[in-house]
Amino acid sequence: MEFFKIRKDIPFMRHALVLNVVSLVTFLLAVFFLFSRGLHLSVEFTGGTVMEVGYSQAADVGKIRGVISGLGYTDVQVQNFGTSRDVMIRLPAKKGVNSAQQSEAALAALKQADPDAVLRRSEFVGPQVGEELAVDGLKALGMVVVGIMIYLAIRFEWKFAVAAIIANLHDVIIILGFFAFFQWEFSLPVLAAVLAVLGYSVNESVVIFDRIRENFRRFRKMNTVEIIDNAITSTISRTIITHGSTQIMVLSMLLFGGPTLYYFALALTIGICFGIYSSVFVGAAIAMWLGIKREDLIKGGVSKANDPNDPNAGATV
Amino acid sequence: MNRYPVWKYAILVIALLVGVLYTLPNLFGEAPAVQVSAGKSSVKVDLTTQARVEEALKAAGIAADAITFDGNSIKARFASTDVQLKAKDAIQKSLIPDVADPSYVVALNLLSRSPAWLSAMGAAPMYLGLDLRGGVHFMLQVDMQAALTKKAESLAGDLRSALREKNVRHGGISRNGQAIELRVRDSQTLEAAKAVLADQFADLQYVDAPDGTEYKLTATIKPVSARLVQEQAVKQNMVTLHNRINELGVAEPVIQQQGPDRIVVQLPGVQDTAKAKDILGRTATLEMRLVDDSAEARAAESDTGPVPFGMERFKERNGQSVIVKKQVIITGENLTDAQPGFDSQNQQPKVDLTVDAKGGRIMRDTSRENLKKRMAILLFEKGKGEVLTAPVIQGELGNRFQISGSMTVTEANDLALLLRAGSLAAPMEIIEERTIGPSLGAENIAKGFNSVTWGFLVIVAFMCVYYMMFGLFSGIALGVNLLLLVAVLSMLQATLTLPGMAAMALALGMAIDSNVLINERVREELRNGASPQAAINAGYDRAWGTILDSNVTTLIAGVALLIFGSGPVRGFAVVHCIGILTSMFSAVFFSRGLVNFWYGRQKKLKGVSIGTVWRPDAGSAVTKVE
Repeated sequence: MEFFKIRKDIPFMRHALVLNVVSLVTFLLAVFFLFSRGLHLSVEFTGGTVMEVGYSQAADVGKIRGVISGLGYTDVQVQNFGTSRDVMIRLPAKKGVNSAQQSEAALAALKQADPDAVLRRSEFVGPQVGEELAVDGLKALGMVVVGIMIYLAIRFEWKFAVAAIIANLHDVIIILGFFAFFQWEFSLPVLAAVLAVLGYSVNESVVIFDRIRENFRRFRKMNTVEIIDNAITSTISRTIITHGSTQIMVLSMLLFGGPTLYYFALALTIGICFGIYSSVFVGAAIAMWLGIKREDLIKGGVSKANDPNDPNAGATV
Repeated sequence: MNRYPVWKYAILVIALLVGVLYTLPNLFGEAPAVQVSAGKSSVKVDLTTQARVEEALKAAGIAADAITFDGNSIKARFASTDVQLKAKDAIQKSLIPDVADPSYVVALNLLSRSPAWLSAMGAAPMYLGLDLRGGVHFMLQVDMQAALTKKAESLAGDLRSALREKNVRHGGISRNGQAIELRVRDSQTLEAAKAVLADQFADLQYVDAPDGTEYKLTATIKPVSARLVQEQAVKQNMVTLHNRINELGVAEPVIQQQGPDRIVVQLPGVQDTAKAKDILGRTATLEMRLVDDSAEARAAESDTGPVPFGMERFKERNGQSVIVKKQVIITGENLTDAQPGFDSQNQQPKVDLTVDAKGGRIMRDTSRENLKKRMAILLFEKGKGEVLTAPVIQGELGNRFQISGSMTVTEANDLALLLRAGSLAAPMEIIEERTIGPSLGAENIAKGFNSVTWGFLVIVAFMCVYYMMFGLFSGIALGVNLLLLVAVLSMLQATLTLPGMAAMALALGMAIDSNVLINERVREELRNGASPQAAINAGYDRAWGTILDSNVTTLIAGVALLIFGSGPVRGFAVVHCIGILTSMFSAVFFSRGLVNFWYGRQKKLKGVSIGTVWRPDAGSAVTKVE
């Protein structure tokens, strides 16, 4: 079986400008939503209490909200979680109250209203922990970005490092943009997924850059645009197949992993889809705009005689 | 060119064997078990306890599958839950005669069903996190400022008495936050005070400043000493927590220090958070009282007479009764430290006690009046008192005194620990709490397992269809990857959580990446007209650089998560990182081994089964089959 029967190199770079504008617009939209709507941060970051309560029959969310509001909470979120019988309740951190006892008071009230209520899970996070997690998350992101850039700069060249990081940060911002736009819950596992995607989709850029370097060695006659086009065309099948097979796994998590893994898998899905797009259209194009040259990649330089831009190349006197 | 030397195959076979051995315990599942551990800090579980457990089971006619002693607890495994419950009752009846005052914790537990020879090799199933087995997780923050303030307070008291001893007249000592302020009238006194500080208070650093006509000396705790105080505070709180948690009857509690000032407590299987929190927050108290040696008291000790008025009867650890006065000399609040050591004169083990200034004053007066009499040290846990030790007062005591004589080194260590465990060194606050119901834990296991299984099967099916024989090799390599990943996780006894299972699924999804890369490269070489053997060789060689690059970048992300992540993220990161490492081994080294084994021996290989190798110039598919 072969999905990719490509006769000629696809001129990806011809549309680079248009696609980069599209990327920029998507990116700006994502940034806009991040600022206008903000992330719907989970209790791990904000501090507060989350309870998951199971009922024997379909739960009446409105009634539960009423019971919890009766305890004196103003900003309570009650929603179904997974099935109609399971309910997730989020209580904000209350100053001055021993917050570790929040869940017990709430459960007692719920049991009074409906003796069937069973606590399936509860989580309390103090405000100091939440702040720390957010800071640590940013530190981790910083370390990934710097680490990958240093590695790529050593292994390839700084222009590639910059191109790959811009392409992949663009993915990260777009994932965050999706979470902001749909107000999906941004929890610690989602953060882990985002960082894993960052490391993973850099792979794609690496594969293409690797091929660009190889092509610079092999095809001395081609110009940079042709070399990039050829590199992308010859790696596109593996890009799509590897991402496809990773996506199979992620899909399996999305379907079977239950509500706990749902957003984790969702973040990965968006990351994988945009990962393909960004490494093909964004990363290589940025490298092109940055002006990669044969000399950048082939150490020791190319002798003047073989310069493809020199009309007299190869001529001997 | 596509042949592995024998040693490479040997490595593969050994890796596989080790992988299978360490993965095996996970397949045996768990059997119901009863675990016996010490219920009080003063009780030790040892081989004699094991003999008692065996006897109790024999007497009740219950056959255990296995009884093991692991240094801290005795675990007995049973065939079914029914037998387990019966056995628990039997053991409880025999070991705990007084239900109100249990010396042992008899708890229900689950134990790996794997055979003894596997356990002897140290092969154990993966350790499941709370989100997979259910239970309670607490993170407690120790209030270090309070610990330092407490230390400053006791140092201020000590300083006051030290100055009085040396006849240094000062204008008052006060504690201002964590600083001790001392006022003196003239420079001569200032020098004298400084000399005392330098001589006796190594923990303090000080600055002096003129204050009007007087001088003000401000002493603060040295940073080194402050760190020591904090470390000790956390350690002491952990010991105290340990003692209290024993009471809950939890089979495998986890009490770990996290960072400089945090303690994580995990109680698998516990559902009653309210009770757990109540017990964690309670304080045990230590009291020192005089022993009554009168004739009536002697009679009461041997149970031949009533307990005299104003006296109480307590038991020593060996069961001996001691009659002590109701009047308390000092409590654990005055005790600042207790350390085991050796007597400089007779090299006997001893315990050094340090009390604060107030305690020292009381001790001095009491000891002077009660020379050659016995003083009992009582520990009250759960409202019940127990005599830790009742030594004879040999001389006038002060701030520092020692308990010595007829103790082994272990006993001295235990006594010091028990004395310190009397109270929390510093207050703690619960800053994170998680409860996971047991049914949710089981559901999470099933969900994680399903995700991995279905994803794995679909990927292998796809690979087999798309790449034929090479796809099958990739599929087998992926299976080996899973095997090795589980084996390494079992070996390290890393905690497996639901995010960890997600990382496992993701690791498999990413691992197949390397094989796709290789297979595509081999196809490309074939397309360019290379001979099958050369194509395999070139495919693996050229793909290796790319595989390394991509795995290093993924690993950078994994390590960042490992360093900065906590809780669920760390569980994810551990599996993620190990998964990348095992995937490099299986996807490159192992799959190459398979390919070499299958194709490498054929000298005149006409074609390889890698699916369609399509050539643009031919315009049609050329399927090469062997």
